[in-house]
Amino acid sequence: MLAFILRRILQSSAVLLAVGLVAFSLFRYVGDPVNAMVGQDTSMEERDALREKLGLNDPAPVQFFHFIANAARGNFGLSYRTSEPVGRLILERVPATLELSFCAAVFVLFVGVPMGVYTGLYPKHWSSRLLQAISLIGISLPTFLIGILLILVFAVTLHWLPSFGRGDTVRVGWWVTNFLTLSGLKALILPAITLGLFQLTLIMRLVRSEMLEVMRTEYIKFARARGLTNRAINFGHALKNTLVPVITVAGLQLGSLIAFAVVTETVFAWPGVGQLFIQSVQFSDIPVMAAYLLLIGLFFVLVNLIVDLLYFAVDPRLRSQGGSARVAGH
Amino acid sequence: MAAASRSGFSGWLHRVSDSDVWWSFKSSPMTVAAAVATFLIIAVAFLSPVLAPHTPFDPATLSLSDGLKPPVLVSPDGEWAFPLGTDDQGRDVLSSIMYGTRLSLIVSLAAVAVAMVLGISLGLISGYFGGAIDAVIMRVADVQLTFPAILVALLIDGVVRGLISVKRHDEIAIFVVVGAIGLSFWVSYARTVRGSVMVEKNKEYVQAARVIGLSPLLIMVRHVLPNVTGPVLVIATLNLGLAIITEATLSFLGVGLPSTEPSLGTLIRLGNEVLQSGDWWITVFPGVTLAALVLAVNLLGDWLRDALNPKLR
Amino acid sequence: MHFKLRHSVALAALACAGFGFVPSADAKTFKWANSGDVSSMDPYARQETFLLTFNSNIYDPLIRRDKDLKLEPALATKWGQTDPTTWFFDIRPGVKFHDGTPLTADDVVFSLNRANGPGSNMGSNFVSVKEIKKVGDLRVEVTTKYPDPLLADKWAALGMMSKAWAEKNNALNSADMTKNEENFATRNAMGTGPFMLKERRAGEKTILVANPNWWDKPVHNLTEVIFTPVANPATRVAALKAGDIDMTYEVPPADTESLKKDANIKVLEGPETRVVFLGFDQERPELLESNVKGKNPFKDKKVREAIHRSIDVDAIKRTVMRGQSFPTDLMVAPGINGYMKELDKRPALLKPEEAKKMLADAGYPNGFETGMDCPNDRYVNDEKICQAVVAMLAKIGIKVNLRAQTRNLYFAKILRKADLSPGDTSFYMLGWSPAQTYDVHNVFEALIQTPNKATKKGQFNAGGYSNPALDKLADSIEQETDKAKRDAMIKEATKLYVDDFAYVPLHQQAVVWAARKNVDLVQPADNSFPLRFVTVK
Repeated sequence: MLAFILRRILQSSAVLLAVGLVAFSLFRYVGDPVNAMVGQDTSMEERDALREKLGLNDPAPVQFFHFIANAARGNFGLSYRTSEPVGRLILERVPATLELSFCAAVFVLFVGVPMGVYTGLYPKHWSSRLLQAISLIGISLPTFLIGILLILVFAVTLHWLPSFGRGDTVRVGWWVTNFLTLSGLKALILPAITLGLFQLTLIMRLVRSEMLEVMRTEYIKFARARGLTNRAINFGHALKNTLVPVITVAGLQLGSLIAFAVVTETVFAWPGVGQLFIQSVQFSDIPVMAAYLLLIGLFFVLVNLIVDLLYFAVDPRLRSQGGSARVAGH
Repeated sequence: MAAASRSGFSGWLHRVSDSDVWWSFKSSPMTVAAAVATFLIIAVAFLSPVLAPHTPFDPATLSLSDGLKPPVLVSPDGEWAFPLGTDDQGRDVLSSIMYGTRLSLIVSLAAVAVAMVLGISLGLISGYFGGAIDAVIMRVADVQLTFPAILVALLIDGVVRGLISVKRHDEIAIFVVVGAIGLSFWVSYARTVRGSVMVEKNKEYVQAARVIGLSPLLIMVRHVLPNVTGPVLVIATLNLGLAIITEATLSFLGVGLPSTEPSLGTLIRLGNEVLQSGDWWITVFPGVTLAALVLAVNLLGDWLRDALNPKLR
Repeated sequence: MHFKLRHSVALAALACAGFGFVPSADAKTFKWANSGDVSSMDPYARQETFLLTFNSNIYDPLIRRDKDLKLEPALATKWGQTDPTTWFFDIRPGVKFHDGTPLTADDVVFSLNRANGPGSNMGSNFVSVKEIKKVGDLRVEVTTKYPDPLLADKWAALGMMSKAWAEKNNALNSADMTKNEENFATRNAMGTGPFMLKERRAGEKTILVANPNWWDKPVHNLTEVIFTPVANPATRVAALKAGDIDMTYEVPPADTESLKKDANIKVLEGPETRVVFLGFDQERPELLESNVKGKNPFKDKKVREAIHRSIDVDAIKRTVMRGQSFPTDLMVAPGINGYMKELDKRPALLKPEEAKKMLADAGYPNGFETGMDCPNDRYVNDEKICQAVVAMLAKIGIKVNLRAQTRNLYFAKILRKADLSPGDTSFYMLGWSPAQTYDVHNVFEALIQTPNKATKKGQFNAGGYSNPALDKLADSIEQETDKAKRDAMIKEATKLYVDDFAYVPLHQQAVVWAARKNVDLVQPADNSFPLRFVTVK
């Protein structure tokens, strides 16, 4: 298992380097950061001097080398837009995005999985069909429209929930959390639903089809024949067997929740990394954009690693199989 | 299944009407409704140059004096020339929806086609050659999954702006969007095809064909591809809805199609800006059209998936 | 497991609320939002209206602008010229910085030099300056290389920073990109202004509290100000309606009407000093993006006139701008020194046939094709205005290929290059406000005079309009001190560019602000938002 993890980490580093190259070489070409940094009536000489100072006139490979060398030390330079260290800018925004994505994921799992199980167990029942049709709304309207509609209903009309932002937050060490105040928790609801709705549909449908398949296996028929209760069969046997694909997809979806947060954060003025990314794109803030992409890459690597480990926990067959065979021996 | 038909069209028709799939289709009223809706929307969209009362993509026909007219049925200020009202450029909302839907469909169909071709080819290569090539392709696929279409599009847009002179950017905007969406969808096809190839390639008939000197790749294409037509079709249908939504989101983030020739998504983005102004018709009609289209396509996809899954019959 | 977690979290939240901040009865918290964040707390980080005016709440300038943009004493009680190249500033006695240290001439000299130093973006206000020196504890003297009658106007936005504080925190200069280290003044502030910086979270929120020891008698009654950037305009408007914020500005024109109907909200609107206009490439022998080869149609005054007189700015005002614009035919707005009201009349609109005939007379019986550049996030409804122009010109046979893009890409494309070669555009939109001096000469110098590398004139004359007579007049206007003579010359120069159809001025966009009914505030025409005038009932 150790070898397996080591190999994974090695692969992951290669992936991160590739992402770094992509991030850097692509953003090298977006817009002109100098124009973003100076006022409209800054003279041309001043603009050129700034360009030289920023090293934007260096050859691209030189710039990339500097970038990677610095990134490895956690140093992404100063943001062109705010003159603050990019590393800190990102780190400050990470808690907001992670808490939002976490709540969205909780919403997706705690609503999506039961809905999937139900519609899978009773595929012909009218309520299942209704649930399925309703769930399609989540992927039938663009996220930004759903977000603004939720704001109009729950904030403007009903005054139940705040229209934007994180509400009151509490600082625990460097981590700024929403979870410790009522207004912070209330502020999470609308953005988490907006962000999760899309994934909810996907997870629900996935669980449903997996359940449908499993319920037809001999294994379930046998369990039934043994006289086990429906409850034990449905949850003890059937659901457990759907978990492997569900974990795979859920893991990947969590990764994309963080990336999809770009839209939700823009709509709800949620001060997370996604919002930072969009602001940076508008200002051609290359250091921030590059760091963001690397961050997403890092999340991906971590999520994938966790998913791999979860396989071991969920599916005993894997413990004596594949990449882990050499270390998992009895 | 949908394996190529060798007898004539009537034979094919006969087999279809006899098949389980057709029966399952007929027996689901929701599916029939979805199919009719999809067909209607697509037909009207593609016939928009003939059917639409105005040509909203031609600036010479627009007049600001027609701007912001409400729908004719809800307000005496409306005009029958603009049954669903006009936006602030004087564009007829009905015609804009028709042309916009056509554009959205073209973009999404093209994007799905790109994803399909790319995904199937990479899946074949990956499954057939295995080893290092397989590992690389599947790793790339993993990375790809972390970067959803919107990020990929922002990236591609960035490259294209850098590589191609800015002045031609709008002309290629549509290719950027198609490419971005296509590139972010290929993984599911690749995985499906790869799985199927891995199963088939060790079967005896493939080994046998190899012995008599037939190109194994040819065999794969001839024998494996038909097996995956069903799953691929399902993914494609579901992707189509996703592609339409993604295009709208890209437009919201400012990397979509030019607003002089608005797609359905661009119309909604523009309408989103005036949602609270009271001019609801600018948002609501395109929104309803989009939701109806995506919903119908997805219902079809759902049904197709269940119908093509032999285990569920 | 999660529900248990939630449960304990809720308990924790209740516990926190018990010890948390409880506002006192007369505490007035004012929450407001804007589309973007202040990019730095450093008053010299960027020459951009929003940063300058936001930070002026913390940093007082020597001379400030009142509600009507007239200069009035702030940290300088008196100022003037002892001879044409020498200025003096008398510092107000008894003023204290937020940390309690007194303001002296040393702080002023330090701040001015810092504003002119590395990392600062304010250098253009110091081009004429030779030396800044202290000549007493409360007096500063400035010598200039040549007479600069507008020096005081230029400096009306420069905040004064504590020298001791800057030295202590190693913030002697503004943040310098090349040093690759952050600057204390980017996140912290030490001025004498009516508000003190309490908390700064870049991109999230910035909290100010009232300065109890401010030297001036406060008009405002606020104890705390919370500023949040909210990028999406629809969310901003919704937040105001929901009461989550008390005020927002740059309200989208489309939402103005519905906000006016809301009983809890008031809308303030006034013209901005910025004029939005269209410009032509009149420099290249052949347009970059056109089907006309071998000649440049925009060099022909008849063509420019036909276009000018086919653009219906009133229709744009009615639909695209929803009434939130002030059509004009001049390149400066009312309120700017040198605005000539009697010349601000747009010529009558042409019927399409008339315009087509005019084009035919100029040698384009079938019209022509041209590219057009437009920003899509810089001015109010910029892209929509350009779209409307495209439709209007299509009717007279000119096919315009519109390219709208985000401001960075846009300005990089259309502005003149470092060597003052023309920008890569044929037909473009720009907005301009002589924000530092509020004088028309700035417009002549930047936009209308022939681009010239040696004199630095015409740097933003992207299309290269050139009229030697006007160049000479503008130079004379710069030097002239006699008001009557100067006004006469301005009038003559204005006539010249109007008759040449040099540009197509469209309008001043309205500055639309919206606030809850219980908020009173002042809306200056330069789109600055001084918190010192805000009261909350």
